[in-house]
Amino acid sequence: MGARPLGQTADRPDVADPPLDVLVHARGLRKSYGQLEAVRGIDVTVRRGEAFGFLGPNGAGKSSTMRMIAAVSTASDGSLRVLGMDPATDGPAIRARLGVCPQDDTLDSELTVRENLLVYGRFFGLSRAEVARRADELLAFVQLGDRAGARVEQLSGGLKRRLTVARSLINEPELLMLDEPTTGLDPQARHLLWDRLFRLKQQGTTLLLTTHYMDEAEQLCDRLVVIDEGVIVAEGSPAQLIRDHSSREVCELRFGVDDHDGVAARLAHLGERVEVLPDRLLVYAADGESVAQAVHDLGLTPRSTLVRRSTLEDVFLRLTGRSLAD
Amino acid sequence: MTSSPGVPVTDAPNGLVWRQFDHWRVRWRRTWRGSAVTSFVLPILYLLAMGVGLGAYVDEGGGRESLGGVDYLDFIAPGLLATAVMQTAVGASTWPVMGAIKWDKTYFAMIASPLRTRDVLVGNLGFVAARLAMSAAVFWLVLWGFGVLVMPWAMLAVPVAIVVGMAHATPLFALSAWLERETGFMLVYRVGVVPMFLFSGAFFPISQLPGLVQWLAQALPLYHGVELIRGLTLGRPDLLADGAHVAYLLVWCVLGFVLADRAFARRLAG
Ligand SMILES: Nc1ncnc2c1ncn2[C@@H]1O[C@H](COP(=O)(O)OP(=O)(O)OP(=O)(O)O)[C@@H](O)[C@H]1O
Ligand SMILES: [Mg+2]
Repeated sequence: MGARPLGQTADRPDVADPPLDVLVHARGLRKSYGQLEAVRGIDVTVRRGEAFGFLGPNGAGKSSTMRMIAAVSTASDGSLRVLGMDPATDGPAIRARLGVCPQDDTLDSELTVRENLLVYGRFFGLSRAEVARRADELLAFVQLGDRAGARVEQLSGGLKRRLTVARSLINEPELLMLDEPTTGLDPQARHLLWDRLFRLKQQGTTLLLTTHYMDEAEQLCDRLVVIDEGVIVAEGSPAQLIRDHSSREVCELRFGVDDHDGVAARLAHLGERVEVLPDRLLVYAADGESVAQAVHDLGLTPRSTLVRRSTLEDVFLRLTGRSLAD
Repeated sequence: MTSSPGVPVTDAPNGLVWRQFDHWRVRWRRTWRGSAVTSFVLPILYLLAMGVGLGAYVDEGGGRESLGGVDYLDFIAPGLLATAVMQTAVGASTWPVMGAIKWDKTYFAMIASPLRTRDVLVGNLGFVAARLAMSAAVFWLVLWGFGVLVMPWAMLAVPVAIVVGMAHATPLFALSAWLERETGFMLVYRVGVVPMFLFSGAFFPISQLPGLVQWLAQALPLYHGVELIRGLTLGRPDLLADGAHVAYLLVWCVLGFVLADRAFARRLAG
């Protein structure tokens, strides 16, 4: 297979070659599974050294996009360059330089923790001595050193996740792709993993991750796209997205009544926007406290009132009309 | 982490297949003892019960003539070897393959590395071939112990047995990668594997069967494996007929591989 040198132009006159520091360059990328169009024309540019996120609800097409970028699944349409190469022809050369932590842990449950790393490193052409050295280092890195000899079958979900992350680093990847890296982890394990990912980023590894979690996106991503039903609905840094698509503050009101819509109509003039969720009302305004006061002045008595800053969750609600947590 | 210089990717396709050596070696280490014991004990039981026990009645009842002048033990021994490699192949090509796609999803881990779907298929088939080789060799030693092997032709029984096994393994890899649910395996067992096991000439000549069933038996690979191995262990191969059997088995191997290759690509990289 002809591994092209980095940056050499593919035989596609319609796509200008992206600059060298662009690790992922997707234009009009699509993926169909039979009749179902999972990814419907997305443009993404990921630069070396940044942490880039895909934020979106279930079924948005995040994993499908990740698999195409990881040079595993073939794009149905559009152009895609990864590390300057074409995934359709240079898959092995691209994958040699990627780290992949898939959404499902694809660990070999019959093998031990350490064996999983050893055999995996060999797929990258590393010598036995080298994989052994890296395996021990990585187990320490994700704090699994004391479980090295345990069978994967016996690990909890969180420990498996950490092992999957460790495995994705065995080839010292330039681009680390993490599909929902912390789903199913307890808070402590999540923070450990965030810390590790942050360190990798400091060392120059480019991160590409998907998540459902606002706080994760805000903590880790320099830039992100909000993706819904296979299309990108917004793009920017977390702060920029909040600035552009939401008010500074939100006043959350819970009423004991069923008639949320009726209450919402009475509140509409208090903020820029009112969202009705099954269990609460969200009033978007620059100053949440004065909204709370105004609600009280109207003679309404919410069971609880909470004033907070806008988050990506609000951005998402605004852009898609849905809550991310569904 | 320290960063050491990246190790260059070998572009040779062979290289990518061989990179799986440790993966399959470690899996082998976990299971080989169990399968070696099975491969050793089962043939002894079968040979004692059917070859010696049942064989005494068959031989007394004038069975020797209808079997072409051989004792029932000599007749059934190669049949047992052929059915045993078939069963090993079925075992290694059904649940483990579906598991690596659906449950553990280990194939997906493999193709996230430089390996391609075809490398994974070839690597896994290589592993199956190694298992077949071990089972066949152990079985062969048991047959030798029972004194039913005529040298030197019988020496070829083991390599031929591997081919017989692979003629079953490759189409089953295709099936396992194509099936969405394991319930399909039940059907394949009941209407495919079990009847084939019983009616492929391992236990009695297929000339005993009605014409249509004979024809069906000849369409499936096991019959050809039984005939081939029997010619070898009895020390009297029929070069023309056996060449046709080998060719037919190779057709199954190749067709199976082509279908499996497609099914793997569709299921893993679709
Ligand atoms: N291999 C496949 N075959 C058929 N349909 C698929 C396949 N993979 C994904 N889909 C469908 O494509 C759509 C997008 O799925 P995808 O897994 O990319 O979403 P996602 O954003 O990762 O969702 P989640 O947050 O649930 O992981 C879904 O409707 C899903 O059912
Ligand atoms: Mg997903």
